Amino acid sequence: MSTNPNDVRYLNPIQIDTQRQKFCRFTKAGIKYIDYKNADFLLSLCNEQGKVLPRRLTGTSQKNQRKVAQAIKKARHLALLPYVADGLK
Amino acid sequence: MNRYETVFIMTPVLSQEQAAETVGKFKKYLADNGAKVLFEENWGLKKLAYPIQKKSTGFYHLLEFEASGEIVGPFETELIRDERIMRFLTTRMDKHHIAFAQGKRNKAAAEA
Repeated sequence: MSTNPNDVRYLNPIQIDTQRQKFCRFTKAGIKYIDYKNADFLLSLCNEQGKVLPRRLTGTSQKNQRKVAQAIKKARHLALLPYVADGLK
Repeated sequence: MNRYETVFIMTPVLSQEQAAETVGKFKKYLADNGAKVLFEENWGLKKLAYPIQKKSTGFYHLLEFEASGEIVGPFETELIRDERIMRFLTTRMDKHHIAFAQGKRNKAAAEA
């Protein structure tokens, strides 16, 4: 009997794309306050329709996601970000 | 005493002097009512992300002040009554926000 691991590789699921570990960029950088006046940065947390990107895509922690959502809503009120858009990026 | 930050948008039909006069009016209102204006920033004429009152641009101005909570309501009423103001937003600054604003100012001062 061969003990070469190559012979039994198909018994295990083939790893096509190893998922990278998600992390919260704000926690990692130690950011405590998310500025609503910085529209360029908030745009990076919106999709091209101007909607807030979900946590499952950005990896933001729940606590910081609330702050992000508030900041984006404030920026929209001040016409720094659009409420509705098409082809923002 | 709390610290507040107000951003307001003035109509683009004003001249530079008229815009400055409007800002002066609200600074005076705050000063008369026992608030201390700590910082102000003029963002100039900016393009709006969507039209407000059929205008696509506006003069942005930021005022940071320290005051008791009672004067914020009347101050906002004053902003609503003024035809030259299209939009405004007042936020109470928490300690992280204050630290952020202070850090930004220190950085600007260091560069200058």
